[in-house]
Amino acid sequence: MNGFFELFAEYDVLGAFWMNIKLTALAAIGSFILGTILALFRISPVTSFRTIGTAYINIVRNTPLTIIMVLGVLAVWGQLKVEFFGDFDLNFFAYAVIALSLYHASFVCEAIRSGVNTVPLGQVEAARAIGLTFLPAARIVVLPQALRGAITPLGNTLIALTKNTTVAAAASVAEASGLMSTMIEFNPDLMIYIFLTIAIGFCILVIPMGIVTTWLSDKLAVAR
Amino acid sequence: MRKKLVSAAALAASAVLVMTACSPSQSGGGEGGESDAGGGDSVRIGIKYDQPGLGFREGDGDPTGFDVEVAKYVAGELGYTDDQIEWVQTPSANRENALEGGEVDMILASYSITPERDERVDFAGPYFVAGQDLLVRAGETDITGPETLDGKNLCSVTGSTSAQAIKDDYSEGVELVEQGGYAECVTYLESGQVDAVTTDDIILAGLAATPENSEKFEVVGNPFTVERYGVGIPTGSDMCEPINEAITKMKDEGAWQEALDTATEGTGYIPDEELNNGPEAELESCDD
Repeated sequence: MNGFFELFAEYDVLGAFWMNIKLTALAAIGSFILGTILALFRISPVTSFRTIGTAYINIVRNTPLTIIMVLGVLAVWGQLKVEFFGDFDLNFFAYAVIALSLYHASFVCEAIRSGVNTVPLGQVEAARAIGLTFLPAARIVVLPQALRGAITPLGNTLIALTKNTTVAAAASVAEASGLMSTMIEFNPDLMIYIFLTIAIGFCILVIPMGIVTTWLSDKLAVAR
Repeated sequence: MRKKLVSAAALAASAVLVMTACSPSQSGGGEGGESDAGGGDSVRIGIKYDQPGLGFREGDGDPTGFDVEVAKYVAGELGYTDDQIEWVQTPSANRENALEGGEVDMILASYSITPERDERVDFAGPYFVAGQDLLVRAGETDITGPETLDGKNLCSVTGSTSAQAIKDDYSEGVELVEQGGYAECVTYLESGQVDAVTTDDIILAGLAATPENSEKFEVVGNPFTVERYGVGIPTGSDMCEPINEAITKMKDEGAWQEALDTATEGTGYIPDEELNNGPEAELESCDD
């Protein structure tokens, strides 16, 4: 245990976790927006939209996140030299958020689509009967009910996203898992405590998400 | 349902306990006769597989590099032929565990001797004294040392010799990118996205000496830290003295210089004379 507490003075453990939280928050927003659009594609009456949506899901969902992250940094930044910001830290942060959003959008889309399946067909028929076209029917009638039915799978996706932010180390973002490697490299005598610190940190982040998800899904479920 | 949850929680808790139990408490390998110098069936030596010039292995081929040559020589002095050496890959984060768990008898894997590591393992050597340095594109004249990096882009490996130290101590205006391996850093250096790569000079020289990189890069040759590469052995091992003798003999015979020249051929890299003949190169005491 000797020297364990000095680690917190020497390394910015809380700052590293704060980075994971920022990645989670921004990628959650990004993947939710993209995922909703994809879900609309997948339930749309237009065949070519459905094909595009299905193709995106099947390609992205089956590609490991690390590959997407490394592809972004190694190919798009390293060789094509695309830069979002002049500042390196901000630039790689943007790369990480984009990769996380692209990847998790496919899971968000499928979660929403499973929610759409809980909406009875009669609701859609009634919406069309009063003259709503596809988009207004989706926005006013289907999606609100679908989202309430999709809370649990969306919560699961958010939890997976939180833990997946550690992959951002591959994009040179100074987050908790990268800090863990650094601390272990220089303090191998404290390896097990360092590992447990990071593991417990993630438990503190993720467990409340699970509790809130369960609570919300009970509270918001559509009574039928 | 509740019952299931409780048993799942219990399972998780016991898993954590098991994990804790496998680590540092189980120290002091090398009790068995296996680590006795000389004559045994085989010796297991931990090296890196991904550092060209130091420890490098493709598939099941013979490993190459300076660490590997020193390991072969030392093993030879201990009474093992090359055929009796069993190579084991030991990545940085795994080195102490591999020694404590008895997976390897010794490690030669650009393993710097530090007090923190000495808590968990013993060291013989050092067999080489490296220093953190910079790799730049051939013909680069602006970058001569860590203090000339303001406004430049610098690449290093996550959790390794710290690029952060350069930012803190030498050039505040340097932009850092940290990657999973030096191969990535070198591709950025080639494409121009970074201006320098930093780690120990001999690792950089090894990278620059690979056929695909030849003539493209050069080591600045201005080391600014001291990294003493030791032979990691389990605590209380009796191999420390024989290994130290073998290293001394290898240097005296000139085999050491020969191995070094082969590993860094064509890069113009010369290990720092002062470091490798000065007090830093003095062998570790085997008494502790």
